[in-house]
Amino acid sequence: MAFFEMTDDTGAVRPCYADVRRWVDEVGIEELNARLKEAETIFRRIGITFAVYGEGGDPERLIPFDLLPRIFPASEWRILDRGIRQRTRALNAFLYDVYHRGEIIRAGIVPGELVYQNRAFEPQMIGFDPPGRVYSHIVGIDIVRTDEGKFQVLEDNCRTPSGVSYMLENREIMQRMFPELFGASRVAPVDSYPNDLLASLKEVAPAGASGDPTVVVLTPGSFNSAYYEHSFLADLMGVELVEPMDLYVDDDKVWMKTTRGPQRVDVIYRRIDDDFIDPLAFRADSMLGVAGLFGAYRAGGVTLCSAPGAGIADDKAIYLFVPEMIRFYLSERPILENVPTWRCALPDECAYVLDHLDELVAKEVHGSGGYGMLIGPKATRAEIDAYAARIRASPADFIAQPTLDLSTAPVLGRQEIVGRHVDFRPYCLVGKQMRLVPGGLTRVALTEGSLVVNSSQGGGVKDTWVLDE
Amino acid sequence: MLSRTAGNIFWMARYIERAESTARLIQMGQRMTILPGPIHREEWRSVLRVTGCDGLIDSDRPVAEADIVRLLLLDEGNPSSIRSCLLRARANGRAVRTALTQDMWEALNEDWRRLEHYDVTSARRNLPELIDWVKTRASIFRGAAETGQLRDEGHDFLRMGGAIERAEMTLRLLDVKYYVLLPETAVIGGGRDHYQWTSVLHALSAARAYHYVYGGGDYTPWRIADLLILNPKFPRSVLFCFEQIGWHLDRLARGHGRHGAAHETAARMLGDLRDRESGEIFEEGLHQFVVNALAVTNRLSREVAEGYHFN
Repeated sequence: MAFFEMTDDTGAVRPCYADVRRWVDEVGIEELNARLKEAETIFRRIGITFAVYGEGGDPERLIPFDLLPRIFPASEWRILDRGIRQRTRALNAFLYDVYHRGEIIRAGIVPGELVYQNRAFEPQMIGFDPPGRVYSHIVGIDIVRTDEGKFQVLEDNCRTPSGVSYMLENREIMQRMFPELFGASRVAPVDSYPNDLLASLKEVAPAGASGDPTVVVLTPGSFNSAYYEHSFLADLMGVELVEPMDLYVDDDKVWMKTTRGPQRVDVIYRRIDDDFIDPLAFRADSMLGVAGLFGAYRAGGVTLCSAPGAGIADDKAIYLFVPEMIRFYLSERPILENVPTWRCALPDECAYVLDHLDELVAKEVHGSGGYGMLIGPKATRAEIDAYAARIRASPADFIAQPTLDLSTAPVLGRQEIVGRHVDFRPYCLVGKQMRLVPGGLTRVALTEGSLVVNSSQGGGVKDTWVLDE
Repeated sequence: MLSRTAGNIFWMARYIERAESTARLIQMGQRMTILPGPIHREEWRSVLRVTGCDGLIDSDRPVAEADIVRLLLLDEGNPSSIRSCLLRARANGRAVRTALTQDMWEALNEDWRRLEHYDVTSARRNLPELIDWVKTRASIFRGAAETGQLRDEGHDFLRMGGAIERAEMTLRLLDVKYYVLLPETAVIGGGRDHYQWTSVLHALSAARAYHYVYGGGDYTPWRIADLLILNPKFPRSVLFCFEQIGWHLDRLARGHGRHGAAHETAARMLGDLRDRESGEIFEEGLHQFVVNALAVTNRLSREVAEGYHFN
């Protein structure tokens, strides 16, 4: 039986949920369901959608929203906060290391071939020092819990983790619709995030930049699924939202085309994958990208956030070694655990995985978004056999984890409060200093029993509260 | 402001206006064809011609209303169709969301997939309603900009795009009349000619203005041309549109501290229009005047894009 976050094992409501539980009883389930419709109308009108082109149906969809907040008491957040910051420091230290001397590989902790032969490793970054030695400026760490005090990291996101706009909008809409709820509870605010992001980005401006560096958000364009978030963040930071065609490189400096002529750009928060930022450096066939951008970056004319090649740190094969990284670089004990993971690249572990596929979750090392995974206990015999054949064909591309007994959080059902599985993604910012707002995005698998929280596969979102002391 | 943003706003305004002007053209064509007569198929052909879609239907067969509804209202593949214009206006708006007010965005976003649900038959059955719907959307959009948009350069690009497109619409509608009836006669002849000229006025919502300005009575081509081209008070006249264009170009020049080729082109056109009389236009030939004026709006549009780097 999964840990239900609203109650303790005697069935009593945990103190952090007491106010919300009372509020639900006062307002009533039926009324709350009516208010949920209202919330959806607001989301739709404001245009908080994600784009799904080419699949038929509505090309701009809403992410389902649940009205009941997911709540962390201060004592739990203290642990999470320390654990998230610790992990973020280790990941950036690892990135610096693998693009320089590779001490962790020399020490025999991480196998060299996992790094140097990895698609996410960017040889052109070797020997380059990004400003502040920061590679990943926004680190999103996906965390699940399996028991009262037990948090585990499912995966790291070091490139351009998305979803932070939902953290902000979910809070905004909850405060707008239910101000009374916030009067009673002491909910830590998250609205400093855009300012924190801007401050972090300005702190990593190149040495030659002016006193007040010009920051832009680089988006692939309005057909990208996360376009709403890109425009939302640019808007809240008060910076330009640019597309590749708005930028050009001259003399290793980056300029944006404005109605008044060229304007110098110092820091680019790019929401475009490595492959597509510069056709000269990476994929020559890319229609996206700014020719010469990588050269300008290497010459110190502009800072790219995140750095090209940062993805090596969040690769699923590297994930296994993050607790070791924490010990190696920080000489600390890891605060957040990993989920136990078997690597099919190792023959013994692969044999175990193949024997136990019906009870494991198997994943592609390079997959994302919940695609290409097998949830053993829910799969048919034929699906398992087909997946096993794929693992045998290229074992190194797969890992497996036990089926976790993920915690459930209270969700508004038609007649009552129900428990649904959740995960949690906080967003840790890294400039000269580290910043972490108390909160993050809680994703929820709205289908009963489902473990898949991805919005592309029927997941929803809910507001996440951290209670002050 | 990013040049791309300026360009998106400029073209968004143009697409909205173009959707409306095409709706007005269809309305006018329908009105003209109601009159029985041996050459009435030519009206639809002329509507196709002035929208630049003449080549889409073989010249040896008559153009029917169903062709017009398909090509100019519903066809997503035809960049001149109303559906294409509305989709592109919305796509441009979506690409510069943060430069629009919520109301402007809602005007673009509201029921944006409506035309998907019609085929030629059902669209013809509901044609007046659909034409009104298109005109209403354009009105709501303009109204939202009028009362809500910050008067920064984005507003100048929006208004300029709208004014250029509106000038073009008036010129094109005049040209339909030219194609339908050759040569221009000094006196408005029988019922048919009369009806065609009043159709032009109706399509531009100008009938009442005409009677007010010229004291009712006869329709003459000179007066109609005077109203639609040279009258500084009629908001769809070419002169009025150019005055608006000039005003916004001046504001941009003050803000940016520089003039460009577009400013010269607009000033020259304005001077030219202010000095003219409608009789001269007919001496030169109305069609020739329209061709020349459309060349100026084309050039102006190009020069604005070049001057503000969104070409």
